[in-house]
Amino acid sequence: MIEEIASTADGNIILNLGPQHPATHGVLHLVITINGETIQKVEPHLGYIHRSIEKMCESLTYRQFIYVTSRMDYLSSHINNHACALCVEKGLQIEIPSRSQVIRVLMDELTRIASHELWWGAMAMDLGAFTPFFHAFREREAINDIMEETCGARLTMNYMVPGGVMQDIHPNFQRRVKEFITLFKSKVGEYNELVTGNIIFQNRMKGVGNLSAADAISFGCTGPTARGSGVSCDIRKLYPYEIYEKLDFEEILESDGDSFARYMVRVREMSQSISIIEQLIDNIPEGDFQAKTKAVLKLPKGEFYQRVETARGDFGVYIVSEGGTTPYRIKYRSPGFSNLSALDHMARGSKLGDLVAMMGTLDLVIPDIDR
Amino acid sequence: MTIEALKEKITALFPAVTFEEGGQWPTVLVEPTDWHRMAGILRQNDALYFDYLFCLTCIDWKTHLTMVYHLDSTNYRHNLVVKVNLLKMNPAIETVSDIWQTANFHEREVYEMFGVNFLHHPDLRLLILPDGWEGKHPLLKDFEDPINMIKL
Repeated sequence: MIEEIASTADGNIILNLGPQHPATHGVLHLVITINGETIQKVEPHLGYIHRSIEKMCESLTYRQFIYVTSRMDYLSSHINNHACALCVEKGLQIEIPSRSQVIRVLMDELTRIASHELWWGAMAMDLGAFTPFFHAFREREAINDIMEETCGARLTMNYMVPGGVMQDIHPNFQRRVKEFITLFKSKVGEYNELVTGNIIFQNRMKGVGNLSAADAISFGCTGPTARGSGVSCDIRKLYPYEIYEKLDFEEILESDGDSFARYMVRVREMSQSISIIEQLIDNIPEGDFQAKTKAVLKLPKGEFYQRVETARGDFGVYIVSEGGTTPYRIKYRSPGFSNLSALDHMARGSKLGDLVAMMGTLDLVIPDIDR
Repeated sequence: MTIEALKEKITALFPAVTFEEGGQWPTVLVEPTDWHRMAGILRQNDALYFDYLFCLTCIDWKTHLTMVYHLDSTNYRHNLVVKVNLLKMNPAIETVSDIWQTANFHEREVYEMFGVNFLHHPDLRLLILPDGWEGKHPLLKDFEDPINMIKL
């Protein structure tokens, strides 16, 4: 953990965490000012994996730029692609076939479960429990295998394109998703037995990293991070896109605002995603999987903004078009960037050992923050 | 509040602003000198209550820069887009990080990527670019980097 330690005149110690540290889940660099064990200040230094995706997208066409977005929040790559595809479709004013809408939502929800699974395993590992990681990956592998059959990829999917999806689902898709649902339901009890109910785990999570509802909104926190503070912010409910308004699911809210509340939101969200998948898996309409679109897409002059709910929160794509084949300017509003900005506020005054629990429950994906 | 009512309310409070047509949300164009006072009222007014700044960015139009603020209200769920035009030479605007704390990080990003100077910002330093970065701001349209290919 300690790379270099520098003492300041007032007895504070400056401690570097990262950029290469297992608990930062990537190349995040935190400069922590501590006095004894108490955190005075946390300063994130970003940019170790900054690839200037926004600038790159300015020279990519509306068919090409989607592939780059898989590399931002790589655990929600389907949902990132989805946002971009929706934004382009909004500009072109095209309707997509209902079959592709259902496939998109199914993929989004599978991605959400896979992302939460990975977070759950990594979260427990951050706190010193190694076994849950293997339990989480057992189920996550099943999802990755389903993705691999249909999209050909396990991480950067590039499956959703303007007009629908890249290709039809694999003939095994429905059977394997049903097998996964059975598997998940038989195993989810283990999660609670192994981690949630564990008294050591609870002691390390409860009352740690408090974030009030007003602060969560002011810092722009979204997703499970804000919902753990009781802020209703699920884009699927508030600004429904695709077919979410027709689906029956619950927005999970916890009111405590501590790390344990954020943990519980994600664990409970997995079951909601399973319920969405169950509603759709036997009802995939027949028909085309892609609308007819022109080979070269040109967005009319104007501005288009699309918000979606990724596994981490409110992801936004803002396209400014001058009427050409490439965007004039693209802004990606990434949820992790805003969630991270609340870390300093959360951590001040608490003990150094609790910082890892706070970072874990923010569910940071560094490429999503740096872009 | 309907979009029409929202527009009326804003026109009543701020007679100087002009509305832009055609966007998906009501869009107002504000003078840089008016912006900080207006932002405070947008946040505090009980009928408007724009408490959630969900996107803050800048666009380089070659002749000038445009700051774009996307606002949402967690109470009423209405949205507003605020645009502020800035000069290309030494662009500067008041910070809104005292009103919405999320603006702190977003403004630091705009500062390094576009060179906009946010007045009275508590901590205006480089965020993503490496320490000691000198030269142009990467997201400006006339930025060229012969070594690291950004333009494809």
